[in-house]
Amino acid sequence: MNQDAFFALTERLQTGLTGAEILFCHLDGEASDFARINRNRIRQAGHVRSVSMELTLIAGTRQVAGRCTLSGDARPDLARLRWLLARLRERLADVPDDPYLNYATEISASQRQIGEQALPAEVAVDELITAANGLDLVGIWASGEITEGLASSLGHSHWHQSLSFNLDWSGYLEADKAVKARLGGFYWDADALHHALNAMREGLRIMARPARTLEPGRYRAYLAPAAVNELTDMLAWGGFDLRSHRTQQTPLLLMTQGERSFDPRITIREEHVRGLAAGFTAEGFVKPDAVTLIEQGRFGQCLVDARSGKEYGQMVNAAGDAPEALALDAGELPRAKVLAQLGTGLYIGNLWYCNWSDPNDCRVTGMTRFGTYWVEGGEIVSPVKVMRFDDSLYHLLGDRLEGLTSERELILSAQTYDGRSTDSVLLPGLLVSAINLVL
Amino acid sequence: MEQLVELAERFLSEAPACDDWSLRLVEEDSDHLEVRQGVVEPGALVVSLGAMVTVVKGGGIGYGATSDLSLAGLRAAAERAAQWARVHARLGLFDAGIYPRTTTRMDYHSPVLEPWGGMSVTSKLALLHELNQALAIDPRIVDWSAWLTQRRVAQLLVTSDGGRVSQIFDSVHPGLLAVANAGNQTQHRHGGGSDWPQQGGLERLAAVHLQDDARRLAEEALALLDAPDCPDDTRDLILLPSQMALQIHESIGHPLELDRILGDERNYAGTSFVTPGMFGRYRYGSELLDVTFDPTIPGELASMVADDLGIPARREYLIRRGILERPLGGPLSQARAGLPGTANTRASSWDRPPIDRMGNINLEPVEGSLADLIARVERGILMDTNRSWSIDDSRNKFQFGCELGRLIENGELKGLVRNPGYRGISAEFWRSLDGVGGPETLEIRGVTNCGKGEPNQSVYVGHASPPCLFRDVTVFGGGE
Repeated sequence: MNQDAFFALTERLQTGLTGAEILFCHLDGEASDFARINRNRIRQAGHVRSVSMELTLIAGTRQVAGRCTLSGDARPDLARLRWLLARLRERLADVPDDPYLNYATEISASQRQIGEQALPAEVAVDELITAANGLDLVGIWASGEITEGLASSLGHSHWHQSLSFNLDWSGYLEADKAVKARLGGFYWDADALHHALNAMREGLRIMARPARTLEPGRYRAYLAPAAVNELTDMLAWGGFDLRSHRTQQTPLLLMTQGERSFDPRITIREEHVRGLAAGFTAEGFVKPDAVTLIEQGRFGQCLVDARSGKEYGQMVNAAGDAPEALALDAGELPRAKVLAQLGTGLYIGNLWYCNWSDPNDCRVTGMTRFGTYWVEGGEIVSPVKVMRFDDSLYHLLGDRLEGLTSERELILSAQTYDGRSTDSVLLPGLLVSAINLVL
Repeated sequence: MEQLVELAERFLSEAPACDDWSLRLVEEDSDHLEVRQGVVEPGALVVSLGAMVTVVKGGGIGYGATSDLSLAGLRAAAERAAQWARVHARLGLFDAGIYPRTTTRMDYHSPVLEPWGGMSVTSKLALLHELNQALAIDPRIVDWSAWLTQRRVAQLLVTSDGGRVSQIFDSVHPGLLAVANAGNQTQHRHGGGSDWPQQGGLERLAAVHLQDDARRLAEEALALLDAPDCPDDTRDLILLPSQMALQIHESIGHPLELDRILGDERNYAGTSFVTPGMFGRYRYGSELLDVTFDPTIPGELASMVADDLGIPARREYLIRRGILERPLGGPLSQARAGLPGTANTRASSWDRPPIDRMGNINLEPVEGSLADLIARVERGILMDTNRSWSIDDSRNKFQFGCELGRLIENGELKGLVRNPGYRGISAEFWRSLDGVGGPETLEIRGVTNCGKGEPNQSVYVGHASPPCLFRDVTVFGGGE
């Protein structure tokens, strides 16, 4: 559904409102091609075209919400939305006043379009498979248009549209010996693909060496940005949202109580202005350009969505409870000097399947995966068999942090559970004096 | 279902010209009511309707999914599927001639005694308010919530060979949460059915003892605040069915998925320590370990008559007397691997293609009560309700945490311990299985968020299990 069709549809829907009813209409749409690759051949490929709209009906201080899929054709869609609206009116009669109802009364409008018509998916996949000849490549190509729109009977009018691709892939040597790569953005760059494939071939040459098995214990380590992303994903799980803080459920509880902190070089921001996500919330609030979550190792501001903002009397600064465009400040360690600075220890390319081991102490467990090597004398010596770590972020981002790289990597989320994600992170690598391996 | 039948008939009049096609129509209707801290949360009615057209043509296969169910919309989806089939014919991993075809004609409807609509919204909210009051028993309970989630999935599969499978899956999931805090210690207790999902209707409310559970959960959350941490040690371990569901899921279910063994998932969900040569000979666990794929259990979360390819679903042993027998793989994976399998090719909805998934993966009961198992432990821990899960990409090295633990000494249950966790290696852990409860201890549970696949898919999976006893397991507690 395009912008004009969306606003025309919502305008017609709003003509059916009665009395003091207020209606927010929030559209989500995507037209995506997906191609799964295994052994450098197409395992499964297809196209998904999906449009859905969420309606939030407000009368006084009561509210109800509902969502339905749409065809993209105005006449049947209007009928379907009117049917949903009727169901919401019925439900509205059964719900009490909502003390935490919160929507923007200040009228706002925006329009943003990112990217341009990219290379057709079939052509890009063909180019990938040809260029990767001889590699055991596995992963997913995802590309196409993502749209988000907001219109309200109060006059809010927002539209966000992006055309992007995301190639999330890895090259395997055998069993779990593999190197991971990511290539994503708005403009297809064949040179970037060839560069990534060359790096993958180089990584696999090292993977061919006999793997070292480590004993549990503490090891000096460098965590590449993709590995750091797994740790910041954990912090995003209850670490920053206001409700988790006010109900003492945040894994940063000790930090908020002043008992623990991260290293002063750790500053984490939610950078809405940089991200790919829409700049507005479903309730009509406009997101600020940035929110400082951790400042020089100490807690800064929480992410405040509309409902929590009303409950706890704070200004809204986010669409939900997790960051969408998190950034960790860079440090002073040049990436080219990482191995020399590491000396002897672990180079961790990726972490995997992290979870809280003890959230009260910000303790995380997870596995090493893809591109993890043993380093001696500043040189990569061998791949390492997968190891489990269990350690507190108060150590890894705190008293055991030795440095952050001066270069940062932009990582676009490859998640597609609820449609193609527009989340992204901008992260440096981390050098730590020790990480605790337990199995 | 009538609407889906009508749509299918319209599609049949303009079915694509190809070697083989299928149309899978899915309508999902869900509702969620929640009261948190005595305040009704905004409701969430969701109605999703869409279709996936799969086309096999010239040795290739592709799919097209759409929420536009007009004839033009379905035609466009079929055309896009055909375009991808042409690309697959040239660059595909296999010749699509091996893609399974079906003439199956079957119907299924979840057993429902009390339909969701049989209780007014007002009454449901009143119940949730009552439960909130039962949870808020102390100022140290800092957050609490009670909810009811309803979901109906109606699905119709029609195929070019005359197959027609209609299935309606109904479920009502109640749940409770109590969060207690004192100083820098916060403890959660979930219950009231939140980790006990089944198919069915409002009769589930009585089955999960909502009212009794509310006070118990709040009391346990408070008691955990003052409990000592679980010791760091090697001890015998009894897992209640609430944790067995997760243990089976992560270290038996996922490693036996044939698409993982074939390498499809290596970039995301991972591979498996299980290799094709292990079937029929590998000792996965002790003699007590019998595990089945069983879609026939009434009310279990993934009970069905056929999978999303229309393959009739039937009970199969995956592991018998500890020996690995067959993987979890649909006919496409079976053809690729040359192994037997199960009817388990499933999709999360109309917008995702079917892949190998778990169905109901159950650990069969043996004999004795929970008390009998406890009596056999000299020095151990009992753990209840999963709170943390992590396992390597080959599904071998795992570490799981639970919400509540109890010490066992000389065959008797002793005091609570908080932040209990344990870790091990799948290939060794199941061989330490030394006790499996009897049929009277079996609980039919499952998970509602099994994630896998590229693009990502989350599906419902059933797990039935009695409590089980494992010997000499590494256990640990909280703290830095």
